[in-house]
This record gives sequence, C-alpha cells and structure tokens, in this order.
Amino acid sequence: MRRRSRLQESWRLLKENRLAVIGLTIFILFFCIAFLGLVLTTGTDPTFDPARVRLQEKLQPPLSKPNLETLRPEEVPKLGVYLFGTDDLGRDVFARMLQGAWVSLTVGFVAVGISVLIGIFMGGIAGYFGQSNVRVDQVLATVVLLLGGGLLVFGARTPGVVLLVLGHVYILFSVWSKRIWGKRPIPKWMGVLYKDAISADTLIMRFVDIMLCFPSFFLILTVVALLPASMYNIMIVIGLTSWMGTTRFVRAEFLSLREQDFVTAARALGVNHWRIIFRHMIPNAMAPVLVSATIGIATAILTEAGLSFLGFGVPPPHATWGGILSDGKRFIFDAPWLTFAPGFAILIVVLSFNLFGEGLRDILNPKLRERN
Amino acid sequence: MLSFVGRSIIQKIITLFFVSIVSFLIIHLAPGEPSQVDPLNPKFTPEMVERFRKEFHLDKPLYLQYVYFYRDLFTGKTVSWKDNQSVLRKIWERFLNSLPLFIVGTIITWTLSFPIGIRAAIFRGGFYDRSTTFFSYLLISIPGFFFAYILIIFVVTRFHVPVIGMETFGLGDASWLRLIMDRVWHLLLPSVLGATGGIAILSRYVRSQMLEVEGQDYVRTARAKGLPEEQVYYKHALRNALLPFVTMFGLILPGLIGGSVIIESIFSWPGMGRMAYEAILARDYPIILTVNFVSAVLVLAGTFVSDLLYLVVDPRIRL
Repeated sequence: MRRRSRLQESWRLLKENRLAVIGLTIFILFFCIAFLGLVLTTGTDPTFDPARVRLQEKLQPPLSKPNLETLRPEEVPKLGVYLFGTDDLGRDVFARMLQGAWVSLTVGFVAVGISVLIGIFMGGIAGYFGQSNVRVDQVLATVVLLLGGGLLVFGARTPGVVLLVLGHVYILFSVWSKRIWGKRPIPKWMGVLYKDAISADTLIMRFVDIMLCFPSFFLILTVVALLPASMYNIMIVIGLTSWMGTTRFVRAEFLSLREQDFVTAARALGVNHWRIIFRHMIPNAMAPVLVSATIGIATAILTEAGLSFLGFGVPPPHATWGGILSDGKRFIFDAPWLTFAPGFAILIVVLSFNLFGEGLRDILNPKLRERN
Repeated sequence: MLSFVGRSIIQKIITLFFVSIVSFLIIHLAPGEPSQVDPLNPKFTPEMVERFRKEFHLDKPLYLQYVYFYRDLFTGKTVSWKDNQSVLRKIWERFLNSLPLFIVGTIITWTLSFPIGIRAAIFRGGFYDRSTTFFSYLLISIPGFFFAYILIIFVVTRFHVPVIGMETFGLGDASWLRLIMDRVWHLLLPSVLGATGGIAILSRYVRSQMLEVEGQDYVRTARAKGLPEEQVYYKHALRNALLPFVTMFGLILPGLIGGSVIIESIFSWPGMGRMAYEAILARDYPIILTVNFVSAVLVLAGTFVSDLLYLVVDPRIRL
C-alpha cells in the first residue's frame, strides 16, 4: 500500500467529517469577508460607509430601497438597497456588519495568538525544564527586580532605582562569578543562596492554579473597564487571561514526549536544548494546541461580543457585532433585524470555529489515524 | 487521608493569598483613581476628595492599603465606597436573589443532560445522536445575549407575559396563584439561559463517558450473560459512568457567585452578577475585590470538595 503523506491523510479524514468541512468553509468565507470588509469600509471615501448618518432613512427594514429623493447622491448606499436595513441613526447595517467582522476576526486571532504563545512558553518550560530547580538567589533577584519596578511605577523613584540597579548588578555578578570562580568551591555563606527553593514545574503550575481561581469573564470585564477603551486592550486582556489551558496541554505533551526515544536520540547526538524543543518537540505537541486554539478563537469572539454588548468594547464610532446588537436592543420589537443580523453572524462564525475545532480533534487523533 | 486533607488545605490557603495579592494589584495598578471618578461633579470639592482618600486609606502606600483592606474584609467591616453599606451584607442580599436562578438552572441542567446524553450514547451514530451533537454545538456557540432576546421575543409575543425583573411591579394583592405564576415566568427565562451552556457541555460529557464504559469488559460480560439491554445500560454501564459526575458537584460551587453578568443585566435581575457589573462601572473597589475573593474561595473549595468526593466514591484511589 502506498504510504500517504500526513497532510493527505488529514485531508482524507477531514473530508469524511461533514460538519468539520462546513466549519472550515464558513471559516474561510468569514476570513475573506472580514478582509474585504476592512478594505471596503476604511479610507477617506469608503465603498460602504459604516458611519454615514441618514436620519430621514432610520430603521428601514432589510432589503428596503433607499428613498432617492431625500438623499444626496453620496448618501445613497452603493448596493442600491439596504441589505440588512438601517439602524436608529439611518446607518447602513450591512456596512457596519462588514466593519465589525474585522474586529471579531482580529480580536479572535490576536487574543488566541497571545494566549498560545504564553501557553507554549510556560508549558514548554514546565514540561522540559520542570525538574530543574529554581535557586533561592534567583527567587531573591526576581523579587528585588519586581519590587524595584513596582516602586518606580508608584513614584518612589530613589528606592526603586536602587533596587533595580541592585538586581541587575546581582545578575551580572552571578554570570561573572562562574567565570571568576570556575571550579573552586563556593564559600559557605553563599551556599544558602544556591539552595534549591522550588522546582520550575511547581512554580509554573501553581501560577496556573492561581490564574484559574479568577472568574474569567468578570476579571476580563474588570480590567477592560478600568483600562482606556481600545481594541488592542481587549485583545491583550483576553489573551493574558486565557493561556492556562494551553499551558496544561503543552506541559502534558512535553512530559510524555521527553521520555520518547527520538528525543533521547537527539540528546545523545548532542543536539542542544533549544533545537530539541523547537525542532523535535513542539511540532509533535502541536495537535492539542491547534484544537484548543481553534476553539479558543470561538470563545474569544464570544467574549468580545459580550464585552461590546455591555458597552466595554471598541469605542463607539467603530462598529462591532456585539455593539450593533446592544444598540438595537431598544428597538427589539420594532426593528428585530438589528438584533438578528449581528446575532446570527456571531452564532455562525463561532459555530464554524467550534465545528472545525472538534473536527480537527478527530483528525489529529492518532487512534483514528491508524485504523486503516 | 488526613495528611492529604491537611496538605491540600495549606496549598489552597497559599494560593488564596497570592490570588488576593494579584487581584488587589490588578485593581490598584489600573490607571485612574476612584476619587477621580466624577471630576465634573460640583459636589466633589478638593476637600471632599481629600476626606474620601483619608477615610478609605487611599493616601497610604499600597502595601498598607492591602493590609487594611483584608483586615477589614476578615472582620466584616468593609464598606462600599458608593453608599457606605457593609459589603458583606450587600453581597448576601444579592446572593439570595441569585440563588433561585442558580438552583433552577442547575436542576434544569442536570435533569436534562443525563437523559439526552445517555440516549445519544445508546443510539450513537444515529439521527438522534447526530442532531443532539449539532444542537449542543449550537447552544455552545450562541451568544447568551442574542439567545436571551430570541427567547424574550418568543415568550412575550406568544404568551404575553412580562419577563424582565424579578416580579411584576404593582401587582398588589392579586390571588396567590397569580403571584406565584408571575414569579415563575420571571424566573424561567434567565434560568433556562443560564442552563443552556451547561446542558450542551454536560450532555456531551455524559455521552462520552457512557461510550467509554460501553467498551469495558464488565459491560460485555453483562451482555454475554443475556441480561436485558435496559439492565445493561442503566445498571452496569450508567452506574460506572456516573463516577466523574459526582466530583462535578464540587465544581458547580463557583457558579454560585459567578452569576451571569450579561444575563442578569438583560433581565434587570438584582443578583450578584449585576451588582458586580454596577460596582465595576462605579469603580467600587471593595465590592469588586470582595466578589473576586469570595469567588476564588469558592473555586478552591469546589476543587477541594471534588477531590474529597473522588476519594470517597472511587475505591481505586488510595492515599
């Protein structure tokens, strides 16, 4: 039997899973629409102007024709029809949806990108270097540096700078001391500093536990509300509060991969740590990360929509799906399209990501792969 | 056993300590100050701001504020910055409002997901299984606020009942049946909404647990003995599949205080989530921090309870 490549095999399995194919199709479509939306709604004279107010045309139902007599020529929508109707200010909901698509897409991808990067980094350290211990002096140096930075931020300049300088001097000193001392025994008074305090694995996993104690949506809401409103803050905050799952996956994968023969072989060949991690281990640990990232995008889009709905999203003139829905809730019985258009858009996009993610989980599952 | 309990309690207290530090720092490091919330308000003279800062220790360095805050919290003296009421009492009142939502939601979740999941596992691959799979993805993916409005439109136009708030205002002395039905209608939508995500996830989990047990030897033995299918499913398979769910009772504890910010604000339900949301808007730090702290305590207590339950239920685990 001809050995098929891994990609071909994945493609074959994907084609068998109809829901996943639908998910992937919508996902690609959404990507194109969001990109088109960005191009068509920005610039000085956009094709679809999401901010154009036409008060005489407010709350028009979907597919209604604009009244050409009351509109100036530049106010007429380019399609010649309000595809999704207009809102209470007479803005074209279709144009606003297009603009919102890009927000959802970027928030989803950037937030998950941040969380996956942090997750791989933390999980990788915990899984690969987990057994090595953090020494007392390292803990002390970190505490001193953090304290210095904290004091500096709070206006206590002098002690802050002193602590920061001390911390850096100590780091330089510890790098140099190895060269100077070489193999000579360390003096007794410094032995205390070189004692092992805690293993890196414990440290990181306890930190994960701490982060998991926070009620996530509430935490995100608090931080976003306290920070100045902007799209980037939302992405960063969602990313910074959702890396714990990835960390656990990567750690578990790394722990099992580290004992595998090919890693031992690589180590025996004298391959350095970083090459083993990046060349041999991360590609093999990617499967669960990819799956959780795809589903994470869905969650991030939902979270962003929820924040926009509560009024903590991207600041107003910019349209977001959650924001359109939130503005439309006052007209829920008179203009239900203001609720249904963005609602269904969010539902379909999130559903496609979820379906594709679940399909991916099946495809990347080695048990299914070996069956024929 | 005892050493396990002791160790895990100590570990959880340490975690809680760090949680308290992190949440305190997050709130106080954010730009802006509570005393500057309303700079345009003419009543807020500089003297008042000064008095406000003094009264709530805001003029002290950060570590002292931390100590003061948690000292007040543990002695029950924390007051809201907004209205000077005791935070713990406020939370308790709101908690009692959220409690019915939580209870009804949990009951709906647990009573619906088991039959759905078991049936899907029995008829796996069939039409029923595939449609419940699709519906559970649908329920996971639907934004809660959108679903809330669909349900509101449906219920209000179809049954002509009011659904916003906890009860209809000014019903006066209507008959007791009317009062009860009014309460039930108001309770129904938010608790159904709170349960949707849970039903979707839990029923999938029940299904996968059942399928896993299905492949075990003892189920095959039971079948080979010629037992009726009913007995195989409900006596041999289900009982063993139930094991992980016992521990999930511990994990629903945090839901007690989490409440849903979005759903409670849509339905104007005066519960925990809404109070937290209002506190965030008003920068009422004591309430935000206390809610955060209490929910962290509940998360830790929940994991602790579920660990203990696992110990009790699963004889294979020995310490």
